Amino acid sequence: MGLTHSASTKQGLKDLFNVEKLKEEDCVIALAGNPNTGKSTVFNSLTGLHQHTGNWPGKTVVNSQGKYSHKDKDFIIVDLPGTYSLLASSVEEVVARDFICFGKPDVTVVVLDATCIERNLNLLLQVLEITDNVVACVNLMDEAKSKNIKIDIEGLSKELGIPVIPTTARNNVGMNNLKDTIYDLCHNKIETCPVQILYPREITEQLQILTPMLSSIFMDKINAKWLALRLLDGDDSIINSIGKFLEYDLKT
Amino acid sequence: MNLKDDVKIKEVIEKSKKFRAENNENIRDTIVESIYEKAEDITRKTVVKDTERLLSQQRIDDIITSKRTGIPIMLLMLAVVFWLTIQGANYPSEFLAKYLFWIEGKLGLFFSYIQVPLWLNNLLVLGVYRTFAWVVAVMLPPMAIFFPIFTLLEDVGYLPRVCFNLDHAFKKACCHGKQALTMCMGFGCNAAGVIACRIIESPRERLIAIVTNNFVPCNGRFPTLIALSMVFVGVSFSKTSSSIIAALMVVLLVLIGIGITLLTSYTLSKTILKGMPSSFTLELPPYRKPQIGRVLYTSIIDRTMFVLGRAVVVAVPAGAITYILSNIMVGNLSILSHAANFLAPFASAIGLDGFILIAFILGFPANEIVLPILLMAYMSKGSMIQFESIDQLRGILLNNGWTYLTLINTMLFSLLHFPCATTVWTIKKETGSIKWTILSVVMPTIIAIVICFCTTQIYRLLW
Repeated sequence: MGLTHSASTKQGLKDLFNVEKLKEEDCVIALAGNPNTGKSTVFNSLTGLHQHTGNWPGKTVVNSQGKYSHKDKDFIIVDLPGTYSLLASSVEEVVARDFICFGKPDVTVVVLDATCIERNLNLLLQVLEITDNVVACVNLMDEAKSKNIKIDIEGLSKELGIPVIPTTARNNVGMNNLKDTIYDLCHNKIETCPVQILYPREITEQLQILTPMLSSIFMDKINAKWLALRLLDGDDSIINSIGKFLEYDLKT
Repeated sequence: MNLKDDVKIKEVIEKSKKFRAENNENIRDTIVESIYEKAEDITRKTVVKDTERLLSQQRIDDIITSKRTGIPIMLLMLAVVFWLTIQGANYPSEFLAKYLFWIEGKLGLFFSYIQVPLWLNNLLVLGVYRTFAWVVAVMLPPMAIFFPIFTLLEDVGYLPRVCFNLDHAFKKACCHGKQALTMCMGFGCNAAGVIACRIIESPRERLIAIVTNNFVPCNGRFPTLIALSMVFVGVSFSKTSSSIIAALMVVLLVLIGIGITLLTSYTLSKTILKGMPSSFTLELPPYRKPQIGRVLYTSIIDRTMFVLGRAVVVAVPAGAITYILSNIMVGNLSILSHAANFLAPFASAIGLDGFILIAFILGFPANEIVLPILLMAYMSKGSMIQFESIDQLRGILLNNGWTYLTLINTMLFSLLHFPCATTVWTIKKETGSIKWTILSVVMPTIIAIVICFCTTQIYRLLW
């Protein structure tokens, strides 16, 4: 591993995820979300592409990518498969998790369905355990409004510790705001302070022991606390992925 | 880099293993619980909900997905969609035909004006252009109606309900409930349906879904089925009721296709792909108001034009080849007739004739061109007739000895026979195996032959 950090991520993106930056300063955006939250619509709205968006879960089975420019910068956006969690119980979940964890996108946008925030938050909270650079995009605001669901966007942003942008992607409402926020996050103009999940005492104690050990091995290549949780969980797929993406062989 | 022997990582892994053992391996549940609690906590603080609206959606679902009314409503919807397609496609078809064949006349005159040799003129105008005109006139209108309606149903959120309704039947056939979804995609295009099978995780069930996808008629076969069912009903019914009966006829064919899908899926999972169905959770998405503009755009530009483009690309050379085959004489018969005569005994055993089989074989690149090729082959002068109306089509078929049996068997064969070249190629790509690709060509063909043979025997016994 004699490569510098930036060179290795750039090469990794291309070889492992087939994402190719044209310029070094291009920003890579990952788009995550539960199935059927209008993720593909957000993708289309950002990129101006016309990928068909069907109203059924599991529509996006292949990673699709698009590009857009905002202000003076170019952004590459990767539409991840829709998943309910990142606990790696299906291929889609592994794909989404690996991209967020090892693809090191500059910003991860998590699309939430405004009509069922609670279920969607599970995924968002899991993403926040891996990376700090996250924007929550609360989509389908029009539907929530017609269903009389009121969402305190500011409160949500405070609770989560990240920017929260309300959108109605199919009518292009809020999309500029989202682009601005992505831009600012990419250029470190916004500081995030993601909410921490409180685990029971036994787990917290273990984490306090394991996290420093892991971070001394992996440095900033992976979020040590999150990895410690996965190892406690006994998730074998993360060991495979670490072998694949970081070229560390952990198999015993 | 090998970390296996790193002392620190060894310690970490040992510690986590020990911790799991002490806690009865239940760490994941605890982790998930903590996340859920946090999500609930945040939601409680920031979201206010009105439950009344959710209930009204649930009431719609109670009817649409109930055991008693779910399937009948589904069949009714299907019939209405086909009826709209058949009824609506009539006029634009005639208009397009008139327009395109008017151009044909001018084209012929233009070619003779610039002194193109007569044989080339005929090949280009009567062979290539006429096939093109046929494919456009017959296929474009039904597609331009069927695709948007289908996409609307998809966007409203009806497809997952269909999946839900059919889930029980697919479970009984020992395959995955999501196969109902991939089957629905197959109605648009079998190749797309095969790709959609990626949503099924278990390899066993995905293979079943892939090799049986062909049994639902794709968009390339719908025009053939629709045209033939209109020929079928046209004789004995009045104009207004005929499109309804033709629509019901297509529904019946679709049902036969679904029945065969279930039967073969069951047989496959009891023989070469043994196993139990795996369970899955299907989330019924909320009903949504579709974006009409976008639906029209994607279904017409992306789907219709794509499928039509493919059909035209295939139809043009096929038109030329068929024209050449049916115009080069060996002895006193064309090559095409020789081939048809050769196949005739076999074809007659399954209630078809040699020309029909040839049309299906030449139609392998794209099923859309089966009917145009057949008509070209039937025309004594070796070029297709101009498409004017269904009555004219009926006349040609009757002149060539078609009976009700021929009609039914042609429809059945079209429904059940081998998939088109694009689909076969996609199956090869998706399964990565020659063996499964061959199976998915051979199995439907055998089924088509056996079923047509049976109907022929029954028909001949009765009449």
